[in-house]
Amino acid sequence: MSEIIVVTSGKGGVGKTTTTANLGVGFAARGKKVVLIDTDTGLRNLDLLLGLENRIMYDLIDVTEGRVPYKKALVRHKRHESLYLLPTSQTKDKSAVNAQQINSLCSELAKDFDYVIIDCPAGIEQGFQTAISAADTAVVVTIPEISAVRDADKIIGELGRAEKDNIKLIVNRIRPDMVKKGDMLTMDDIDEILSIDCIGQIPDDELVVTSTNRGEPVITNPVSSAGKAYKNIVGRLCGENIPFMEIVPEGFFDKFKKIFKM
Amino acid sequence: MLDAIMKIFGKESKSSKDIARERLRLVLVHDRANISPQLMEVLKDDMIKVISNYMEINERDMEVAFTNDNSSVALVANIPIERMKHSAEFRK
Repeated sequence: MSEIIVVTSGKGGVGKTTTTANLGVGFAARGKKVVLIDTDTGLRNLDLLLGLENRIMYDLIDVTEGRVPYKKALVRHKRHESLYLLPTSQTKDKSAVNAQQINSLCSELAKDFDYVIIDCPAGIEQGFQTAISAADTAVVVTIPEISAVRDADKIIGELGRAEKDNIKLIVNRIRPDMVKKGDMLTMDDIDEILSIDCIGQIPDDELVVTSTNRGEPVITNPVSSAGKAYKNIVGRLCGENIPFMEIVPEGFFDKFKKIFKM
Repeated sequence: MLDAIMKIFGKESKSSKDIARERLRLVLVHDRANISPQLMEVLKDDMIKVISNYMEINERDMEVAFTNDNSSVALVANIPIERMKHSAEFRK
Protein backbone atom coordinates (compact mmCIF):
# COMPACT_ATOMS: atom_id res chain seq x y z
CA MET A 1 0.00 0.00 0.00
CA SER A 2 1.38 3.32 -1.00
CA GLU A 3 0.81 6.53 0.93
CA ILE A 4 0.73 10.07 -0.44
CA ILE A 5 1.80 12.67 2.12
CA VAL A 6 1.81 16.45 1.68
CA VAL A 7 4.03 18.59 3.89
CA THR A 8 2.50 22.02 4.37
CA SER A 9 2.48 24.97 6.80
CA GLY A 10 0.89 28.16 5.55
CA LYS A 11 3.71 30.34 6.79
CA GLY A 12 7.01 30.25 4.95
CA GLY A 13 10.33 29.47 6.55
CA VAL A 14 9.12 27.11 9.27
CA GLY A 15 10.84 24.02 7.86
CA LYS A 16 8.53 22.41 5.29
CA THR A 17 11.27 21.57 2.84
CA THR A 18 13.68 20.48 5.60
CA THR A 19 10.95 18.20 6.95
CA THR A 20 10.21 16.78 3.50
CA ALA A 21 13.90 15.99 2.92
CA ASN A 22 14.30 14.37 6.33
CA LEU A 23 11.14 12.28 6.06
CA GLY A 24 12.29 11.12 2.64
CA VAL A 25 15.71 10.02 3.88
CA GLY A 26 14.10 8.50 6.99
CA PHE A 27 11.68 6.31 5.03
CA ALA A 28 14.42 5.35 2.55
CA ALA A 29 16.70 4.33 5.43
CA ARG A 30 13.96 1.90 6.46
CA GLY A 31 14.14 0.34 3.02
CA LYS A 32 11.03 2.03 1.65
CA LYS A 33 10.88 3.25 -1.92
CA VAL A 34 10.24 6.99 -1.73
CA VAL A 35 9.70 9.82 -4.19
CA LEU A 36 9.76 13.47 -3.12
CA ILE A 37 7.93 15.98 -5.30
CA ASP A 38 8.83 19.64 -5.06
CA THR A 39 5.75 21.71 -5.95
CA ASP A 40 7.25 25.06 -4.97
CA THR A 41 7.56 26.02 -8.63
CA GLY A 42 9.72 29.10 -9.16
CA LEU A 43 11.28 28.80 -5.70
CA ARG A 44 12.61 25.27 -5.72
CA ASN A 45 14.90 24.24 -2.87
CA LEU A 46 14.34 20.59 -2.11
CA ASP A 47 17.12 19.71 -4.58
CA LEU A 48 19.56 21.83 -2.54
CA LEU A 49 18.62 20.27 0.79
CA LEU A 50 19.24 16.81 -0.69
CA GLY A 51 22.48 17.81 -2.41
CA LEU A 52 21.04 16.96 -5.83
CA GLU A 53 21.04 20.41 -7.44
CA ASN A 54 23.65 19.46 -10.07
CA ARG A 55 21.86 16.37 -11.32
CA ILE A 56 18.61 17.87 -12.56
CA MET A 57 17.81 17.29 -16.23
CA TYR A 58 14.03 17.57 -16.44
CA ASP A 59 11.40 18.86 -14.02
CA LEU A 60 7.82 18.45 -12.85
CA ILE A 61 6.47 20.75 -15.54
CA ASP A 62 8.20 18.73 -18.28
CA VAL A 63 6.38 15.70 -16.89
CA THR A 64 2.93 17.25 -16.40
CA GLU A 65 3.06 18.82 -19.86
CA GLY A 66 3.94 15.43 -21.33
CA ARG A 67 7.41 16.27 -22.69
CA VAL A 68 9.10 13.40 -20.83
CA PRO A 69 7.85 10.35 -18.87
CA TYR A 70 8.24 10.85 -15.11
CA LYS A 71 10.95 8.19 -14.88
CA LYS A 72 13.22 10.37 -16.98
CA ALA A 73 12.79 13.36 -14.66
CA LEU A 74 13.43 11.49 -11.39
CA VAL A 75 16.78 12.12 -9.72
CA ARG A 76 18.08 9.25 -7.65
CA HIS A 77 19.75 10.10 -4.36
CA LYS A 78 23.48 9.45 -4.18
CA ARG A 79 23.51 7.57 -0.89
CA HIS A 80 19.96 6.45 -0.34
CA GLU A 81 19.25 4.38 -3.39
CA SER A 82 15.52 3.97 -2.83
CA LEU A 83 15.03 7.76 -2.59
CA TYR A 84 14.11 9.80 -5.66
CA LEU A 85 13.44 13.49 -6.24
CA LEU A 86 11.08 14.98 -8.79
CA PRO A 87 12.27 18.59 -8.87
CA THR A 88 10.13 21.45 -10.08
CA SER A 89 10.95 24.22 -12.49
CA GLN A 90 12.84 27.26 -11.25
CA THR A 91 11.72 29.44 -14.17
CA LYS A 92 7.97 28.79 -14.39
CA ASP A 93 5.37 29.79 -11.79
CA LYS A 94 2.66 28.06 -9.74
CA SER A 95 0.08 28.26 -12.52
CA ALA A 96 2.21 25.90 -14.67
CA VAL A 97 0.73 22.84 -12.97
CA ASN A 98 -2.82 22.10 -11.81
CA ALA A 99 -4.51 19.74 -9.34
CA GLN A 100 -5.67 17.33 -12.02
CA GLN A 101 -2.14 16.90 -13.36
CA ILE A 102 -0.78 16.29 -9.84
CA ASN A 103 -3.55 13.79 -9.17
CA SER A 104 -2.85 11.69 -12.23
CA LEU A 105 0.93 11.90 -11.67
CA CYS A 106 0.57 10.80 -8.04
CA SER A 107 -1.63 7.85 -8.92
CA GLU A 108 1.03 6.77 -11.44
CA LEU A 109 3.80 7.16 -8.84
CA ALA A 110 1.78 5.34 -6.18
CA LYS A 111 2.05 2.17 -8.26
CA ASP A 112 5.86 2.25 -8.07
CA PHE A 113 6.60 3.80 -4.67
CA ASP A 114 5.79 3.10 -1.03
CA TYR A 115 5.70 6.81 -0.19
CA VAL A 116 5.00 9.84 -2.34
CA ILE A 117 5.88 12.97 -0.34
CA ILE A 118 4.85 16.37 -1.69
CA ASP A 119 6.62 19.55 -0.58
CA CYS A 120 3.96 22.26 -0.63
CA PRO A 121 4.63 25.96 -1.28
CA ALA A 122 3.85 28.54 1.43
CA GLY A 123 0.53 30.35 1.29
CA ILE A 124 -3.06 29.20 0.70
CA GLU A 125 -3.35 30.07 -2.96
CA GLN A 126 -3.43 27.90 -6.06
CA GLY A 127 -0.02 26.32 -5.42
CA PHE A 128 -1.22 25.04 -2.05
CA GLN A 129 -4.53 23.76 -3.41
CA THR A 130 -2.67 21.94 -6.19
CA ALA A 131 -0.12 20.41 -3.81
CA ILE A 132 -2.68 19.01 -1.37
CA SER A 133 -5.09 17.67 -3.98
CA ALA A 134 -3.69 14.13 -4.21
CA ALA A 135 -2.67 13.61 -0.57
CA ASP A 136 -4.01 10.94 1.81
CA THR A 137 -2.16 12.46 4.75
CA ALA A 138 -1.23 16.09 5.45
CA VAL A 139 1.70 16.91 7.72
CA VAL A 140 1.39 20.47 9.01
CA VAL A 141 4.68 22.01 10.17
CA THR A 142 4.66 24.94 12.55
CA ILE A 143 7.01 26.67 14.98
CA PRO A 144 6.24 27.97 18.48
CA GLU A 145 5.46 31.52 17.34
CA ILE A 146 1.98 33.00 17.34
CA SER A 147 2.06 33.95 13.66
CA ALA A 148 3.05 30.44 12.57
CA VAL A 149 0.46 28.79 14.83
CA ARG A 150 -2.26 31.07 13.50
CA ASP A 151 -1.28 30.23 9.92
CA ALA A 152 -1.23 26.52 10.80
CA ASP A 153 -4.79 26.86 12.09
CA LYS A 154 -5.84 28.49 8.83
CA ILE A 155 -4.19 25.68 6.85
CA ILE A 156 -5.94 23.05 8.98
CA GLY A 157 -9.24 24.77 8.17
CA GLU A 158 -8.41 24.76 4.45
CA LEU A 159 -7.42 21.08 4.59
CA GLY A 160 -10.77 20.34 6.23
CA ARG A 161 -12.58 22.20 3.47
CA ALA A 162 -10.69 20.07 0.92
CA GLU A 163 -11.86 16.98 2.87
CA LYS A 164 -8.37 16.00 3.98
CA ASP A 165 -9.14 14.49 7.37
CA ASN A 166 -5.88 12.76 8.17
CA ILE A 167 -3.84 15.70 9.48
CA LYS A 168 -0.68 15.41 11.60
CA LEU A 169 1.19 18.23 13.31
CA ILE A 170 4.94 18.77 13.72
CA VAL A 171 6.23 21.54 15.98
CA ASN A 172 9.63 22.56 14.73
CA ARG A 173 12.43 24.67 16.18
CA ILE A 174 11.57 24.45 19.86
CA ARG A 175 14.16 26.12 22.10
CA PRO A 176 14.43 24.11 25.32
CA ASP A 177 16.03 26.98 27.26
CA MET A 178 13.13 29.31 26.43
CA VAL A 179 10.53 26.62 27.17
CA LYS A 180 12.13 26.12 30.57
CA LYS A 181 11.82 29.83 31.33
CA GLY A 182 8.17 29.89 30.25
CA ASP A 183 8.97 32.12 27.30
CA MET A 184 8.01 29.76 24.50
CA LEU A 185 4.86 27.84 23.59
CA THR A 186 5.33 24.10 24.09
CA MET A 187 4.12 21.27 21.90
CA ASP A 188 1.36 20.62 24.44
CA ASP A 189 0.21 24.27 24.28
CA ILE A 190 0.05 24.17 20.49
CA ASP A 191 -1.57 20.76 20.52
CA GLU A 192 -4.27 22.09 22.82
CA ILE A 193 -4.87 25.21 20.72
CA LEU A 194 -5.00 23.45 17.35
CA SER A 195 -6.44 20.13 18.57
CA ILE A 196 -4.62 18.13 15.90
CA ASP A 197 -2.77 14.85 16.37
CA CYS A 198 0.85 15.82 17.08
CA ILE A 199 3.54 13.46 15.72
CA GLY A 200 6.67 15.29 16.68
CA GLN A 201 8.51 18.11 18.31
CA ILE A 202 11.87 19.07 16.91
CA PRO A 203 14.35 20.99 19.03
CA ASP A 204 16.15 23.94 17.49
CA ASP A 205 19.49 22.45 16.52
CA GLU A 206 22.50 24.13 14.90
CA LEU A 207 23.25 20.85 13.17
CA VAL A 208 20.19 21.43 10.95
CA VAL A 209 21.96 24.48 9.54
CA THR A 210 25.33 22.78 9.09
CA SER A 211 23.81 19.69 7.51
CA THR A 212 21.74 21.87 5.17
CA ASN A 213 24.97 23.63 4.21
CA ARG A 214 26.34 20.26 3.17
CA GLY A 215 23.18 19.03 1.45
CA GLU A 216 22.81 16.09 3.84
CA PRO A 217 19.54 15.95 5.79
CA VAL A 218 20.16 16.06 9.56
CA ILE A 219 18.36 12.74 10.14
CA THR A 220 21.56 10.97 9.05
CA ASN A 221 23.52 12.64 11.87
CA PRO A 222 23.49 10.31 14.88
CA VAL A 223 24.39 12.98 17.46
CA SER A 224 21.77 15.52 16.39
CA SER A 225 18.73 15.93 18.63
CA ALA A 226 16.72 17.22 15.66
CA GLY A 227 17.84 14.18 13.67
CA LYS A 228 16.60 11.87 16.42
CA ALA A 229 13.30 13.73 16.52
CA TYR A 230 12.89 13.23 12.75
CA LYS A 231 13.68 9.52 13.12
CA ASN A 232 10.94 9.25 15.73
CA ILE A 233 8.50 11.03 13.43
CA VAL A 234 9.24 8.58 10.61
CA GLY A 235 8.59 5.73 13.07
CA ARG A 236 5.29 7.25 14.15
CA LEU A 237 4.22 7.73 10.52
CA CYS A 238 4.96 4.01 10.06
CA GLY A 239 2.50 3.33 12.86
CA GLU A 240 4.96 2.72 15.68
CA ASN A 241 4.19 3.94 19.16
CA ILE A 242 7.25 5.98 20.11
CA PRO A 243 7.21 8.11 23.27
CA PHE A 244 8.02 11.81 22.83
CA MET A 245 11.57 12.88 23.68
CA GLU A 246 11.86 15.24 26.56
CA ILE A 247 12.83 18.72 25.44
CA VAL A 248 15.57 19.70 27.86
CA PRO A 249 18.34 22.27 27.53
CA GLU A 250 21.62 20.80 26.30
CA GLY A 251 23.84 19.81 29.20
CA PHE A 252 27.59 20.14 29.44
CA PHE A 253 28.09 16.53 28.48
CA ASP A 254 26.02 16.89 25.28
CA LYS A 255 28.14 19.84 24.16
CA PHE A 256 31.26 17.84 24.93
CA LYS A 257 29.97 14.93 22.87
CA LYS A 258 29.20 17.21 19.93
CA ILE A 259 32.65 18.80 19.97
CA PHE A 260 34.30 15.40 19.81
CA LYS A 261 31.60 13.97 17.50
CA MET A 262 31.05 11.05 19.83
CA MET B 1 15.19 45.36 35.36
CA LEU B 2 11.99 45.62 37.35
CA ASP B 3 10.97 42.30 35.83
CA ALA B 4 14.17 40.69 37.10
CA ILE B 5 13.58 42.00 40.62
CA MET B 6 9.97 40.82 40.54
CA LYS B 7 11.20 37.40 39.49
CA ILE B 8 13.56 37.20 42.44
CA PHE B 9 10.73 37.98 44.81
CA GLY B 10 8.50 35.45 43.09
CA LYS B 11 6.05 38.06 41.89
CA GLU B 12 6.64 37.27 38.29
CA SER B 13 4.23 38.86 35.88
CA LYS B 14 2.50 36.55 33.42
CA SER B 15 5.05 34.65 31.33
CA SER B 16 5.27 35.61 27.66
CA LYS B 17 4.17 32.09 26.77
CA ASP B 18 0.89 32.54 28.64
CA ILE B 19 0.33 35.85 26.90
CA ALA B 20 0.97 34.19 23.52
CA ARG B 21 -1.46 31.41 24.35
CA GLU B 22 -4.24 33.79 25.33
CA ARG B 23 -3.74 36.02 22.31
CA LEU B 24 -3.77 33.02 20.01
CA ARG B 25 -6.90 31.59 21.53
CA LEU B 26 -8.75 34.84 20.99
CA VAL B 27 -7.52 35.48 17.47
CA LEU B 28 -8.38 31.93 16.42
CA VAL B 29 -11.99 32.37 17.55
CA HIS B 30 -12.32 35.20 15.06
CA ASP B 31 -10.34 33.37 12.36
CA ARG B 32 -12.26 30.12 12.65
CA ALA B 33 -15.69 31.69 12.78
CA ASN B 34 -14.63 33.93 9.92
CA ILE B 35 -16.23 36.87 11.72
CA SER B 36 -15.46 40.07 9.89
CA PRO B 37 -16.10 43.51 11.41
CA GLN B 38 -18.98 43.80 8.93
CA LEU B 39 -20.51 40.59 10.25
CA MET B 40 -20.16 41.87 13.82
CA GLU B 41 -22.11 44.97 12.76
CA VAL B 42 -24.88 42.82 11.31
CA LEU B 43 -24.98 40.78 14.51
CA LYS B 44 -25.17 43.99 16.53
CA ASP B 45 -28.04 45.33 14.42
CA ASP B 46 -29.96 42.08 14.85
CA MET B 47 -29.47 42.25 18.61
CA ILE B 48 -30.69 45.84 18.68
CA LYS B 49 -33.79 44.86 16.73
CA VAL B 50 -34.70 42.10 19.17
CA ILE B 51 -33.89 43.96 22.37
CA SER B 52 -35.70 47.12 21.22
CA ASN B 53 -38.94 45.14 21.35
CA TYR B 54 -38.62 45.13 25.13
CA MET B 55 -36.59 48.16 26.12
CA GLU B 56 -35.17 51.37 24.79
CA ILE B 57 -31.42 51.11 24.55
CA ASN B 58 -28.55 53.47 23.87
CA GLU B 59 -27.32 52.13 20.55
CA ARG B 60 -24.38 54.48 20.35
CA ASP B 61 -22.72 53.26 23.54
CA MET B 62 -23.51 49.63 22.96
CA GLU B 63 -20.48 47.30 22.79
CA VAL B 64 -20.37 43.77 21.47
CA ALA B 65 -17.06 41.90 21.51
CA PHE B 66 -15.37 38.59 22.10
CA THR B 67 -13.41 38.12 25.29
CA ASN B 68 -11.55 35.16 26.63
CA ASP B 69 -11.57 34.34 30.27
CA ASN B 70 -9.13 31.67 31.46
CA SER B 71 -10.08 28.82 29.20
CA SER B 72 -13.36 29.85 27.62
CA VAL B 73 -14.29 32.40 25.02
CA ALA B 74 -17.45 34.48 25.37
CA LEU B 75 -19.44 36.97 23.35
CA VAL B 76 -19.96 39.88 25.73
CA ALA B 77 -22.50 42.57 25.02
CA ASN B 78 -22.68 45.76 27.05
CA ILE B 79 -26.01 47.39 26.29
CA PRO B 80 -26.96 50.55 28.23
CA ILE B 81 -30.72 50.67 28.88
CA GLU B 82 -32.45 54.04 28.69
CA ARG B 83 -35.95 52.96 29.58
CA MET B 84 -37.84 49.75 30.15
CA LYS B 85 -40.99 49.49 28.11
CA HIS B 86 -44.31 48.69 29.75
CA SER B 87 -45.53 45.22 29.06
CA ALA B 88 -48.37 46.72 27.03
CA GLU B 89 -45.81 48.18 24.61
CA PHE B 90 -44.10 44.84 23.89
CA ARG B 91 -44.26 43.94 20.27
CA LYS B 92 -44.99 40.34 19.63
